[in-house]
Amino acid sequence: MTTILNRIKVALGPDMAGPGFALIAVLVIFSLASPQFFSWATFGSVAFQLPELGLLTLAMLLPVLTGGLNLAITFTANLAGLTVAWVLQQNGGADAGPFAFLLGSVLGVGVGALSGVVMGLVIAYTRAHPILVSLSMMIFLRGLGEFLTRGGDVSGFPAFLQPLGHGSILGFPVPLLVFIGCVLIWHLLLTRMKLGFNTYMIGSNIEAARYSGVNTRKVLVLVYTLSGAMCAIAGIIMLARFNSVRVGHGESYLLITVLACFLGGVNPFGGFGRVIPVAVALVVLQLLSSGLNILGANQHLATAVWGILLITVMILRFAAGHFQSLKRKKG
Amino acid sequence: MRKAVQSHATEFALIAVIAVISLFLSFATDRFFTLGNAFDLLNTSSVNIIFAVGLLVVLIAGGIDISFAVAASVVQYVAALMLGWIGGGGWISGLLIAGALGVLLGAINAFLILKFRIISIVATIATFNIYFGLLMFFTRGVSIYNLPDWLTSRVILFEHEMADGSWIEITLPVLVMLICVVATWVFITRTTTGRQLYAFGDNPEGARRFGINIGAMQFIAFGWLGLMAGIGGLIQAHYAQEVVPNALYGRELDVLAAVVLGGARLGGGKGSVLGCVLGVLLISITQNGLNLAGVSPYAFKMIVGAIILAAITLSNTSIEKLLPFMRHEEGRK
Amino acid sequence: MTGRESAKSGQKPLLSLRNINMTFGGVRALKDVSFDVLPGEVHCLAGENGSGKSTLIKIITGVYRPQDGAVIEFDSQTYSHMSPVTAQNSGIQVIWQDLALFPEMTVAENIAFQTLLGRWPRFVNYNAMREKAVKALARLGVTLDVDRPLKDYAIAQRQIVAIARALVGEAKLVFMDEPTASLTQSETDHLLDIVRTLSASGVAVVFVSHRLAEVLEISSRLTVLRDGALVGAYSTDGMTQSRITELMTGKTFDQTVRASDVGASPVVLEVEELSLPGQFEDISLTVRRGETLGITGLLGAGRTELALSLFGMLKPRSGSIKLEGKPVHFSSNRDAIAAGIAYLSEDRLSLGLIQPQSIADNLVIASLDKITVSGLLSDTRKRDLVAQWIADLGVKIGLQTDAISTLSGGNQQRIAIAKWLATDPRLLILDAPTVDVGARAGIFDIVAKLAETGLAIILISDEVPEVYFNADRVLHMAKGRIVNQFLPADCSLAEIEAAVYA
Repeated sequence: MTTILNRIKVALGPDMAGPGFALIAVLVIFSLASPQFFSWATFGSVAFQLPELGLLTLAMLLPVLTGGLNLAITFTANLAGLTVAWVLQQNGGADAGPFAFLLGSVLGVGVGALSGVVMGLVIAYTRAHPILVSLSMMIFLRGLGEFLTRGGDVSGFPAFLQPLGHGSILGFPVPLLVFIGCVLIWHLLLTRMKLGFNTYMIGSNIEAARYSGVNTRKVLVLVYTLSGAMCAIAGIIMLARFNSVRVGHGESYLLITVLACFLGGVNPFGGFGRVIPVAVALVVLQLLSSGLNILGANQHLATAVWGILLITVMILRFAAGHFQSLKRKKG
Repeated sequence: MRKAVQSHATEFALIAVIAVISLFLSFATDRFFTLGNAFDLLNTSSVNIIFAVGLLVVLIAGGIDISFAVAASVVQYVAALMLGWIGGGGWISGLLIAGALGVLLGAINAFLILKFRIISIVATIATFNIYFGLLMFFTRGVSIYNLPDWLTSRVILFEHEMADGSWIEITLPVLVMLICVVATWVFITRTTTGRQLYAFGDNPEGARRFGINIGAMQFIAFGWLGLMAGIGGLIQAHYAQEVVPNALYGRELDVLAAVVLGGARLGGGKGSVLGCVLGVLLISITQNGLNLAGVSPYAFKMIVGAIILAAITLSNTSIEKLLPFMRHEEGRK
Repeated sequence: MTGRESAKSGQKPLLSLRNINMTFGGVRALKDVSFDVLPGEVHCLAGENGSGKSTLIKIITGVYRPQDGAVIEFDSQTYSHMSPVTAQNSGIQVIWQDLALFPEMTVAENIAFQTLLGRWPRFVNYNAMREKAVKALARLGVTLDVDRPLKDYAIAQRQIVAIARALVGEAKLVFMDEPTASLTQSETDHLLDIVRTLSASGVAVVFVSHRLAEVLEISSRLTVLRDGALVGAYSTDGMTQSRITELMTGKTFDQTVRASDVGASPVVLEVEELSLPGQFEDISLTVRRGETLGITGLLGAGRTELALSLFGMLKPRSGSIKLEGKPVHFSSNRDAIAAGIAYLSEDRLSLGLIQPQSIADNLVIASLDKITVSGLLSDTRKRDLVAQWIADLGVKIGLQTDAISTLSGGNQQRIAIAKWLATDPRLLILDAPTVDVGARAGIFDIVAKLAETGLAIILISDEVPEVYFNADRVLHMAKGRIVNQFLPADCSLAEIEAAVYA
């Protein structure tokens, strides 16, 4: 029995225990509490809501792995969305063609990447704390966005964007497919590419990595650039979902993305953490909020429960570590 | 003098920047460089300064707290309800209730950090969500407008009409802010416990070997911030004359930016009350000046963000590089 | 095993420990250890890394609590365990290896730190602290600006601050844990003078050091620990360095000079008039295929800076570096690695290896190209590469995915060497590669075999015997210049030591 458990544990990785346990607990509790929980409606709502938070969490993940944070993710996403909206408006607003959207998306991703490049350069060359750099970038981008939009909405987009936010392919919502694609890219990046390898190494000890010949500045700049580009993808999906862009959309996701990373077993000091457990943690968070919704609670209660879940998982991790060292003492 | 500049480089740099900005703004606008405006600035910055000196103590002890602003919202709301139950109360009972609630919420953070070894950023992001989520859930986002009269009526401690017809006023928030600032300064620079906090933030393992009580340090640091958050919350309600559950949401990061701009270090052991106050003032002065200069309010934040980004970049490329005379010859050989 | 040679004087010990046992997570760190220190003596506590020296100090100073049954007698008081506060109040002070100072606080606060302790808040009396600090520094014959933050001072002065802090506490017994590890020779001499002054004024000093020459010079008695158990307590009269090594490791070492003549081999590295003002000046040297070139000299002689310049991490101001005849210019260590130069850092724990990460990842980090198949890293290739090196260098590991920090120091160093060998270097620079006395022989066996395969090696060490017994040629660096060359085959160890320590 224990060997089977151990084998599963090895196959999934030790960081899977927290989110895996939470997933099972959430599924069991809600299906007992409400017969409607196990329905397509629930999973449909999860599938449509997950991608926005999910893409932003992917954007947060890379900096966290290097031992930093990117607090500018939500406003980077907004500005990228604004860029797309602006290109669409310049090309006829609701009558704009697919080419305008493509051009806008490329520019939007460029804007997201640019915010990342600036942060990456400052962090890599001045060794300023990433929390501060990204915090000031956040304040700057928020101001810039509000300045450009005067605090209002930008809307009026062509109809062909509708499916990107609300359509399905073979029963899978399009935003979810985009998210799954991005998860796979991030997974490949972190497990099979040099940049990913070096990201982990830098997260544990940047000086030792430099002595081993890792181009630490390049890695940091690339990590924040990719983070910014991922924000832009989130921003474009948000544009299609809301059919409008407003600076401040998704602002409340900021700290939730950090929460999702920690829930997914990412080491707060950097160096350790995988994409798949983080994705599972995101599913848990969405299931929780959909489940509570079915039971008649609102998103605010779900937010509180997310916080309680994070603390519970951290306490269980602490207890597990404590238990193991006790066992070692006796054995 | 040179020694003073060396050991307080951040504070002097901030004063210099504030002076330059003020000088520029006093030419650009005719209203900026008046005493009336200066006192306005103090009145509007009071709550942020109270939060900032509280957060400073946690940063010095090597922690970080994301939850204090929403904790202040919780305190506001609960205190307003409790004051209703006890039939109105007054400033003394109000401050006692708000302070005690704040300390309690801060102690929850310290408990999680200490008892379960959760690092402070993780613990306080969790409590941030819990405090805010529960507050919004139970209040359904409804604001409280019928506060006791003593809380909503402006208390002007000193006023004087200037020759140009403008008024200078010192209001209660300024007094409370001054008390909080002085108390924090005395606490962290003049008491043994305050110095232990610095030592603990600077070198936790060293502090442990000297028998400094680590648990007490966490409770004191987060308790102090909780106290300041509670007081700040009540003062904010007084200033705004209403309690809006999400009014302070998002304030935590603005205050954090100001405190760090003032020279506090994430990671502990470094930071001063003066720098922290100057950090908040620099941001308010810039906003106020831009406002008077007729710049669109939407551009404020952008310019403030750019200033903070530039300040952080410059302060990390080290002031020594820019001002060679400050380099210490006896440093490393 | 030699029995206890008790103190001849028959004096009553100042500190006496009996039945000290300590277990960490199932591992017995100390087994039934006894330890005596006489009033006013200089006593050396010797043992390899992991032998339990630090644990013992932490028990005496109250940081750890020993298992039940322990008896601690200090200054005629008996305790079952100490607390940091009782230890300090009764006159036991420690100068920790990492100094345990507070860099952001002023020198005065650091020295008079004890006055800041206590459960209940009091007002700080800065004037009294300043006075205490100045007085303590004066006892050591040093003046520092006590109002400056400590971070403004270099490591040697910080060391003095740590000693001054111990003196403020009316110390009767001072522990010094590896106090000379990061000091230059003249700084070390000054420190040893201070230790003598303390001892003469009646303060007992327990000195922990791995530098055996110092141990013999300064102390009158010696206690040796091995694997958490007491080996014995000895007088240092008639004790030799090799005898201490034997006691510490339980093995006898028989060393011979390895020097061989490689004068006919082709030159791998040729350095001409290389200078980096302030660090090193006018360095010219050559290393041939299969040659091991030793560079020795005191700390601060510019050895590590020279190595970092060859490795592309520091930019020399003038001079040239030629690799197999071709001039090279490195803009970073990546260029150097690509050209076939490898550098094993002197700081294994924080620069040489990434401690929390796995054995496998630490080994492949510098040679990711070798495990890349069509642009992606291959797990199979990685596993095979790691398995091959682990077998080649005889490293004992559990799983490849275990954190490198789970390995012993010697095995960690083997992984660090394997990391560089995996880059196919032509020149390997080893900066202070030995971890502890027991692992030394194993590491140098590997180095000798590598030289036989034609690898050019530069071996840097501040311990003259290390280069004498393991290099073909020895350069002596002092104050940034090469001042002498020795051929171990033609001269004695004493000759080189005399020149270096002069």
